[in-house]
Amino acid sequence: MRKELEKYFRTEKLPHIWCPGCGHGILTGAVVRAIDNLKLDQGKICIVSGIGCSSRAPGYLNFNTLHTTHGRALAFATGIKLAKPELKVIVLTGDGDCAAIGGNHFIHACRRNIDITTVVFNNNIYGMTSGQYSPMTPQGAFATTAPYGNIDRSFDLCKLAQSAGATYVARGTVYHIPQLIKLIEKALLHKGFSLIDAISICPTYFGRKNKMSSPVRMMEFIKDACIPAKNAEKLTKEELAGKIVIGEFYEEFAPEYTEEYAKVIEKAREGK
Amino acid sequence: MNSKAILMQGNEACVEGAIAAGMRFYAGYPITPSTEIAELSAEKLPKVGGKFIQMEDEIASMGAVIGASLAGLKAMTATSGPGFSLKQENIGFACLTEVPCVIVNVQRGGPSTGLPTLPAQGDVMQARWGTHGDHPIIVVSPSYVKEVYELTIRAFNLSEKYRVPCILLMDEVVAHMREKVELPDPSSIKIINRKKPDPTIKEYEPYKDCDGDGIPPMANFGEGIPFHVTGLIHDITGFPSTSATVTEALITRLMKKIYDNLDDILDYESIFTNDADTVIISFGSTARSVMRAVQIMRREGQKIGMLRLKTIWPFAHRAIQELSSQVKNLIVAEMNFGQLVEMVKASAEGRFYVAGINKFNGELIAPNEIISRTREVRSRA
Amino acid sequence: MMAEKTFSIHVNDRACKRCGICIAFCPKKVFSSENGKPVVTNLEACIKCKLCELRCPDYAIVVGGEENE
Repeated sequence: MRKELEKYFRTEKLPHIWCPGCGHGILTGAVVRAIDNLKLDQGKICIVSGIGCSSRAPGYLNFNTLHTTHGRALAFATGIKLAKPELKVIVLTGDGDCAAIGGNHFIHACRRNIDITTVVFNNNIYGMTSGQYSPMTPQGAFATTAPYGNIDRSFDLCKLAQSAGATYVARGTVYHIPQLIKLIEKALLHKGFSLIDAISICPTYFGRKNKMSSPVRMMEFIKDACIPAKNAEKLTKEELAGKIVIGEFYEEFAPEYTEEYAKVIEKAREGK
Repeated sequence: MNSKAILMQGNEACVEGAIAAGMRFYAGYPITPSTEIAELSAEKLPKVGGKFIQMEDEIASMGAVIGASLAGLKAMTATSGPGFSLKQENIGFACLTEVPCVIVNVQRGGPSTGLPTLPAQGDVMQARWGTHGDHPIIVVSPSYVKEVYELTIRAFNLSEKYRVPCILLMDEVVAHMREKVELPDPSSIKIINRKKPDPTIKEYEPYKDCDGDGIPPMANFGEGIPFHVTGLIHDITGFPSTSATVTEALITRLMKKIYDNLDDILDYESIFTNDADTVIISFGSTARSVMRAVQIMRREGQKIGMLRLKTIWPFAHRAIQELSSQVKNLIVAEMNFGQLVEMVKASAEGRFYVAGINKFNGELIAPNEIISRTREVRSRA
Repeated sequence: MMAEKTFSIHVNDRACKRCGICIAFCPKKVFSSENGKPVVTNLEACIKCKLCELRCPDYAIVVGGEENE
């Protein structure tokens, strides 16, 4: 590991539990590099996760870290942020954690526009429980609970976040790391709720079930499927089928929740 | 000295008590018959610089409360039956991670949506064992509006002192009833705050029993000492472990910090028990009917006493065991099908005849019902 | 000049889980596989894009710097 990054890790906890070629290690590295590039105050960063492979990330990171219950990271994070707005609160979650069991908390955190950066480690599968389909598993893909192919339609998390009120929305991947780091940096600097849909790879469970069991094959798949948001604009729905659109989708400067609450306190005190 | 008498509702007394105890964060979700607690918290908290948030559901409310407490604020949520069920997942998290917080459950008729506007005491066992796994918890239950105020403060104090979630188990009657309350001078209220680690410490081990009392000092997020909190079984450093030794030590400590301090935690009131042949055990609003019934029977010269539990969990076995030998009968009056009575039977160990007075139809247990049941029990055999 | 001289790519053998990502996606084919283990066999081709380092899931690669062990 690069020396200047060591302070961000609980190096004694490494190597991490993730499988060889797991995208989550790459994504965790990207989050740390974004924090380092911005020289944020390490002691004022709080990293919150739910349950699942992704949610083991905070355990390796040397910040105030909270590994909560399944799907509830954003609820805990909201409490932390509102209680202490000076903290920089980052939620690391997975596609099942965020979009299934935590779906309600997710849309409401977006709606409030509370200043939390959420990075979804989106590997399209439940990895910790060994390969069941998630709300992000593509239609037609295979999973241990979709042995005949997945018939569920998947979410577009970015569209979901944007329509729910998130004010910074972007998608990156484990393949396009320099770009992803930039997107995370932007999300961290953004005042309000920011979402990074970070496309990860799970060679062990998604890969094996879908004829891409090697990490390299999964990375190739991501590389080939991705298309920049600008290019995607010109394509038809049919042309976009099976593509992963990456880049920035939305940025808006809107009143942030904890700042609005500070005004509530002012109002309440004036009326005293 | 500086006290003032006000006509106040139970739910209102709860908010007043909470703020006096130092509550500076409330997260909740509307549910009858607890809603006034949220409404009043929304109004009063910002006035003292505190925060209120209405979350998307009760699960989220409980999560936000724990988050806020980890960030250093005294935090509370209030709910009723269905919401209490939803909160259980994160109550378990708070038990294991030892995050102080107060949960108010204004009991209504159940199960399920049940009887939203009518009283019940059907969540006695859920308050103890609602979340999965072996865990510690403290549950207190007030009978009077004034006592709602006092026990809310006590709930915060116990929760902070023992780093355990504390449940204020109310019922619809106590919550909505209005009584004259004389609020004490704030300076006369005893406030307990969580133990903090030594700020000069280099290696903070968040779950180390440094003082030998089973209660590790607790740092706040963002105040210098970064640490890890997980709902997984963890060692003294706060990191996950599957070791049998670590697991056993942790669960044992969590239980012992409560059960080794029963003198401090248990709270009950014994009335006319010295010469009684029959003692009626109750709590919450039912205890008021019991009080009335006992007064009537005493006037008639009958040797009836009562035991009013203010701490429901841990259960006050000693209150039963210390009853004198002339007591023959114990009658447990509760607005449920028979929950606390099972604990009383266990404590009685066959020493006393134990009977129940149970009502679970949304109506209060009336004093005359208690009197006739007492007569029945005393004239048996 | 010194920097040029000491330039190296360090692979921490203990941290490496042999996923093969660095070998496959290096734009200049700097690595070769030795039973799955990445070995730097074409250092002079390296353009210091650091993609191998950034994409290593196990923080096992440092480009152009000193390793810590």
